[in-house]
Amino acid sequence: MAQIFHRSANSIAKASILGGVILVVGLLWAALQLQRSPYFTYAGVARPQPVPFPHQHHVAGLGIDCRYCHTSVEVSGYAGVPPTKTCMNCHSQIWTAAPMLEPVRESYRSGRSLSWTRANDLPDFAYFDHSIHVNKGVGCNVCHGRVDKMNLMYNQASLQMEWCLNCHREPAKNLRPHYVKQDPKDPATMGDQIFNMAYEEPSTSHPVTIKEGDRYKTFTSQTGPEGLGTYLVKVNNVRSPRDITNCNTCHR
Amino acid sequence: MDNVQKTGIGDVCPSKKDKLELSEVRERLSEARGPQYWRTLDELAQTPEFAEMLHREFPKHASEWTDKSSRRDFMKIMGASMALAGLSACTKQPLEPIVPYVKQPNNQLLGKPLFYATAMPLGVYGTGLLVESHEGRPTKIEGNPQHPSSLGGTDVFNQASVLTMYDPDRSQVNTYLGETRSWPEVLSSLRGSIEAEKAKQGVGLRVLSGATSSPSFVAQMQQLLKTYPQVKWYQWEAVNRDNVYAGAELAFGQPLETTYDFSKAKVVLSLDADFLSSGFPGFHKYTREFSRRRRPELKEEMLRFYAVESAPTNTAAKADHRLHLKASEVEAFARALASALGVAQVGGEFKEDQKKFASALVKDLQANRGTALVLAGDAQTPATHALAHAINGALGAAGKTVSYSEPVDPFAATSKVEQLRQLTAEMNSGKVDMLVVLNTNPVYDAPADIDFLSALNKVGLRIHLGLYQDETAKYCHWHLSGTHYLEQWGDTRSFDGTVSFIQPLISPLYSGHSESELIEFLTNEDEATSYALTQRYWQSQHSGADFKSWWDRSLHDGFVAGSASPAKPVTASAKTALPAITAAASGLEIIFRRDATIFDGRFANNGWLQETPKPMNQVCWDNPVLMSVATAKRLNLKSEDEVELELNGRKVKAALWLTPGHPDDAITVTLGYGREKAGRVGSGIGFSAYKLRASNALWNAGGVRVRATGEHYGLASPQGHQMMEGRAIVRAATLEEFIKTPGFAHEMVEAPPPGLTMYQPYEYKEHKWGMAIDLNSCVGCKTCTVACQAENNIAVVGKDQVKRGRHMNWLRIDNYHEGSPENPNTYFQPVPCMQCENAPCEVVCPVTATVHSSEGLNDMVYNRCVGTRYCSNNCPYKVRRFNFLLFSDFDTPQLKFQRNPEVSVRSRGVMEKCTYCIQRITHARIDAEEENRKVRDGEVMTACQQACPAEAIVFGDLNDSGSRVSKLKASQRNYGLLEELNTRPRTTYLAAVRNPNPELES
Repeated sequence: MAQIFHRSANSIAKASILGGVILVVGLLWAALQLQRSPYFTYAGVARPQPVPFPHQHHVAGLGIDCRYCHTSVEVSGYAGVPPTKTCMNCHSQIWTAAPMLEPVRESYRSGRSLSWTRANDLPDFAYFDHSIHVNKGVGCNVCHGRVDKMNLMYNQASLQMEWCLNCHREPAKNLRPHYVKQDPKDPATMGDQIFNMAYEEPSTSHPVTIKEGDRYKTFTSQTGPEGLGTYLVKVNNVRSPRDITNCNTCHR
Repeated sequence: MDNVQKTGIGDVCPSKKDKLELSEVRERLSEARGPQYWRTLDELAQTPEFAEMLHREFPKHASEWTDKSSRRDFMKIMGASMALAGLSACTKQPLEPIVPYVKQPNNQLLGKPLFYATAMPLGVYGTGLLVESHEGRPTKIEGNPQHPSSLGGTDVFNQASVLTMYDPDRSQVNTYLGETRSWPEVLSSLRGSIEAEKAKQGVGLRVLSGATSSPSFVAQMQQLLKTYPQVKWYQWEAVNRDNVYAGAELAFGQPLETTYDFSKAKVVLSLDADFLSSGFPGFHKYTREFSRRRRPELKEEMLRFYAVESAPTNTAAKADHRLHLKASEVEAFARALASALGVAQVGGEFKEDQKKFASALVKDLQANRGTALVLAGDAQTPATHALAHAINGALGAAGKTVSYSEPVDPFAATSKVEQLRQLTAEMNSGKVDMLVVLNTNPVYDAPADIDFLSALNKVGLRIHLGLYQDETAKYCHWHLSGTHYLEQWGDTRSFDGTVSFIQPLISPLYSGHSESELIEFLTNEDEATSYALTQRYWQSQHSGADFKSWWDRSLHDGFVAGSASPAKPVTASAKTALPAITAAASGLEIIFRRDATIFDGRFANNGWLQETPKPMNQVCWDNPVLMSVATAKRLNLKSEDEVELELNGRKVKAALWLTPGHPDDAITVTLGYGREKAGRVGSGIGFSAYKLRASNALWNAGGVRVRATGEHYGLASPQGHQMMEGRAIVRAATLEEFIKTPGFAHEMVEAPPPGLTMYQPYEYKEHKWGMAIDLNSCVGCKTCTVACQAENNIAVVGKDQVKRGRHMNWLRIDNYHEGSPENPNTYFQPVPCMQCENAPCEVVCPVTATVHSSEGLNDMVYNRCVGTRYCSNNCPYKVRRFNFLLFSDFDTPQLKFQRNPEVSVRSRGVMEKCTYCIQRITHARIDAEEENRKVRDGEVMTACQQACPAEAIVFGDLNDSGSRVSKLKASQRNYGLLEELNTRPRTTYLAAVRNPNPELES
């Protein structure tokens, strides 16, 4: 009996089997990439806002502290979005006629709230608490990025669970001291680093000095047995990775 | 499938068997050695249905698809959808708005709840509360620990009241003949009628309200009566205390309030008094004191409790000795007791079968002068109350365990029935042109022989103000939307007279108005707010200089310090002329009682309360007719038979439910069901017992006829679900046994040694959370169940779903009976998740949705759960609850406001269970860590623990040897449920100890 298929059919069959596997794996890979992509996570994507509020101008340009607006970040789980009144503290004096600020003035006049679009939006089944992170030494820009360089606000990180766990598994990597010595001659210049967007972690070229009791202690690395992060995990009583990766840490 | 339709749902529990064979049961009990515990009569009779249910994870039909299309059809149609449903987790998160304040209030720290002191009035009596508020939304009720009427505890009505406030079925607008009217329109329309009445001195104006003790409202009404000298004010309350005050009148010549002090009591006798169930004035305090006096560690000082009861109550279930009498026989018993104690020769002899009980009781009471206490129930006759006062006087209880003061109800002198009767007569005679009905519903709950409705229809102008467009509103021209206590200012008084302020937590949701605002308008045509009115009154009462600081202080505390009524040194006259005894009812007696969860019907539209199983019979969503097994056998009836009750020619149809411990030749019905216009939740369920209730026999009547209609009437009772087979689940002993062998609870089963497990043992370095539940303290009132529901956003599923065993309560209370079904000892066992150290649920989950935390909690991760239900199958305690359908309401906006923002709302297909209130643990831990300290003992209170008036539940850290829970776990009475399975439960129980009189024990 004559062969029904040409010899090349063998190669085609092999190629299509391999191709099929590659296709399936490729599709899965693509799906995973897509689901991590800014299309889904909005990372790096500015969202529409009623007023194009520039963090860059207010933080870097004017030097306004984070806590001027996000007042409850140290004491409550919720950092707080400023009421219209906070905007009007200044904008009743400056830029009083700017058309861009009309929605703010309108809100203040009418008593109706501004409706912002949430930039850092966790799923509703994840419960995040700002105060404990700030108290343990997680700086604002660790999660939120260089807000002082963002013109329009966007979320820096994916805010996906794997991203949270990266830090919860190794908290030493991202902790910083509340106060560091900035000027060796004048200890009074110790500034709070949690809210310092430009904080640099210690390295041999950039040592970080902190106060421990009456003495000063200098660090030249972030991690490792001599690292600042390792030290802070200890002195700030950060719970063990086993404890802070419990499901109930964030889900309830 | 066909099978389901043929036999109907709910044929598993209770029995399908025709009759419960009493003789068989007795035989089985007599053969058994040691105490035998049972939960349902079916279990006792070992029916085949019971055996079947025992071997199912959920009752029959719980896991079956019961829609018309078959399971196969469903799979065909839904196959594709299900494949796609897997992708639902990949949807893109929608953009969410943030809406900040325009001007943020000063005291508001966003993300942290605030607590405000207020008080909840229930009829006359108020309870001091603290209410949790999240950004202006009240979400959870707690007791006010400083308040004498709460001491930190709550009752089921307090806990559930927050849901009533958000009820989407509440009246949302004012109406005139069904048409919407704004408040200014209401006022301008009424102005003419008011002025016409004013000209006539109000001769045709009548006001009918519920009973109240509010000092400011009473003053306002007096002002109204001054402005219109001819006006009359009546009050009606279906569950009233007429007999209590009439009894005091008999004994002391004046109506008085009686308060009790259980902390000084040693021997207590209840004459049908239900002081351990929600709704009894003073319940919170009495339960606390009673439980403290019942600790077996007190040894010989432990309180002994005798109960003479008619309708089975959870109060009498806590008694060491019970005497089941028909309600009409209690007075005769009280007379005989008074004679036997030599208090008063009022005739009456103990019946033959009472003699043993009575002689032991008499001796015990006489031996405990000054520490004895006799209570008479609200539903008992005035003579019984008078006798109780006389006995208390003779036993030296007055001033010690009992004290008397001015009545909290300022209108105690005239009975509520008499007031309603007078009003009806006036309406019938045409004297009334204008009737204002305030927060009361007589069209529904008036006694059957007072034809309130036809009298009402003779009134020219009828105005109703209330929370709901209820039965009475239907027959009124005007309906004005009222305010809930969480929406208005006001005041009330507690059982001991303490004045408490009602402080609103939210502005009226549906722009309602309080009764004080309406009365102010009627009096002065003035539109003052309830705030202004309350403050105005107290300003006029305040004599000191600094009103502002007094007011602020009182609002902060929730009550006026030192405002309790002073005790009156009165003694009951022994020579009281008692009215002739009413002959005990002949034939079958019907006993009317308030409902344990919906009271007189006012809470009928509250899903939480409807779904809470009644403490004793564990039925929910209905009011069955309760009957003893022997009587049912005589009448050839069984549970879930539909019966027709006939009393004096009036008939109703209801379901029958056999109840252990019910007196023979009597039936009990509870009020509050059979509502027509309660709302979507409460309308059309159960039957209205008011249709049988006559004004001269409010609480019991003889000569009721019970006839089976031949129909089946299914009832929902989760008591038969989640059985744990006949193991040593409840452990109990007598005080004598306890003193002899304090470790009796451990002799029953041997717990395997720690560390005996195939799995890697966990190490708990920081906290090790645990809970101890004292079975001796638990009174079975169900407050914890409702508190858990409020705290943890637990869904309501409805009667049909409960019948299928799909109820969602994380914390259930199981009732165990011991002994014969005629007079069993009953034990209440609250069962939350045991948080096992070797948890059987964790190892079987294919998606690790339930995992062990480093503090020993069995975390349930909803967003991982795919609903295999393996965990529930493998849980020996049956504490896991599955969302078979979309039970949570994701649509109704009002209900979203009520939810606790700290707890996820679960969707369909997800397993859930008790978390030890992980949100509370987390918050306490964060607070502690920010202050660089450890979590203090008592800082974390679970919702059930905080709500419990009896202090039966204690939660804490087992790694802290000084914590209260560690100390309780070290107690000899401590045992783990099914500990022989080596699950190492973190929730453990303290065994119950009864204190029976040795004389009666033989």
